[in-house]
Amino acid sequence: MLTGENIVQLVSGLLHWAYAQAGISSLAGVIDPIISAVVMFGFIAVFVMFLVWMERKVSAHMQSRIGPNRVGPLGLLQTVADAIKLTIKEDVKPVNRDKVPYFIAPIVAFVATFMGMVVIPFDKGVVVQDLNVGILYIIAITGFTVIAILTAGWSSNNKYALLGGFRSAAQIISYEVSLVLSVVPIIMITGTLSLSGIVEYQKQAGYWFILPQIVAFLIFITSATAEANRAPFDIPEAESELIGGFHTEYSGVKFAMFFLGEYIAVVVSSAVAVTLFLGGWLPLPYLDFLHIPGFVWFLAKLLLVIYLIMAFRWTFPRLRVDQLMDFGWKVLIPISIINILATAVVWFCLYGKGAQ
Amino acid sequence: MLEQYGYVLVFLLAGIFFILMAFITGWVFSPNGLLGLRYKYKKEILEDTYECGVETQGTSWFRFNISFYLYALLFVIFDIETVFLYPWAVSFKKLGVFGFVEMVVFIAILLVGFAYAWKKEALKWE
Repeated sequence: MLTGENIVQLVSGLLHWAYAQAGISSLAGVIDPIISAVVMFGFIAVFVMFLVWMERKVSAHMQSRIGPNRVGPLGLLQTVADAIKLTIKEDVKPVNRDKVPYFIAPIVAFVATFMGMVVIPFDKGVVVQDLNVGILYIIAITGFTVIAILTAGWSSNNKYALLGGFRSAAQIISYEVSLVLSVVPIIMITGTLSLSGIVEYQKQAGYWFILPQIVAFLIFITSATAEANRAPFDIPEAESELIGGFHTEYSGVKFAMFFLGEYIAVVVSSAVAVTLFLGGWLPLPYLDFLHIPGFVWFLAKLLLVIYLIMAFRWTFPRLRVDQLMDFGWKVLIPISIINILATAVVWFCLYGKGAQ
Repeated sequence: MLEQYGYVLVFLLAGIFFILMAFITGWVFSPNGLLGLRYKYKKEILEDTYECGVETQGTSWFRFNISFYLYALLFVIFDIETVFLYPWAVSFKKLGVFGFVEMVVFIAILLVGFAYAWKKEALKWE
């Protein structure tokens, strides 16, 4: 039967056979991670290109337009054409820039989110490395994007970029708190930080955490949207106020890297939402007789959550800066703290106070 | 155990490598790059700081709002709180009611500070 685990076994078996043929069995420990990094980069590049096309189609649908339909079937190759266009564009560098941070910022923006892909479980056993501190790792790594944005804003030596960077840093750190707090109830119930472990718990419990933790899910999705700087929280790059925000002075490939990093951030946070709240690779209830492989379920749920985030963009107006900060600090953080306490109290009421 | 983090290190280095490859590709094919189109331009105009077409006034590294500092300070406090919350959450079921009451006391002390900051309008954007 075709499951993700079988595919991984098959691929690793083939790889180790190839190593043995080439006589490099001693190097297998070095080559395996490199291959997984290349595979993950290939997957993420293709998936992000698909997502950009999907976002255009979704926005076109919501505005009664057709969207891209010229390049390739259904306009699917439009993003490829755009990527090529961005690559061969001139890299205009302002003379007043701070050279080293200006160069490093797009690298950090991409790498910080790309490293988050290490712990995402696509199927049972299909994960690059199932770290036992998975959630903490993702939160720590994706937190680096704020450094990239602040560095980009500062080193551009441009007033719009600097203001965009400041706003973005304030926004990201504000919503980071509620994002981190909204995950705590799940960890309390499952008692593990490993993402695969949380999915296994949902399998044994027989329900997904979106049912008991709907409040945490809503807080998580809102904070994740704000963390990725997407509308309605796209104040850092509000084009009517700040031109392009922190990437005003970036062009060509360097701009593409910020763009790529933003989309990978959406993918990573949606994948975490699917894993924590929507049962990861588990099939829908009463549909497990279909024998659909787990990664198909995972990708379907992932696309659903990403569609939700895209729909936010075209259905809500952009918030003002003070409204945004008020919403983060005075609404989301108190609610998420109350949610933690309520979860603990309900747990003690249901299962007694005894240790287990 | 530790070799798991080897994968993380490889992902870090591979990510940097992919980016540098993209930069080099861009440099090879972009105008005035290695193989790209050659054209003449006024460097001081093209590479000037962008400010809606007018000349830049003063330095761009200006003084900024005190609110940013206040939010950053509050963020540090709350982030450290979450660092303490995570180990408690992992062993929540083992610690039982006693651990929960201790955590409530801890959160309550933080919330007093939060309420003070709120009342002092540190959370008010100006």
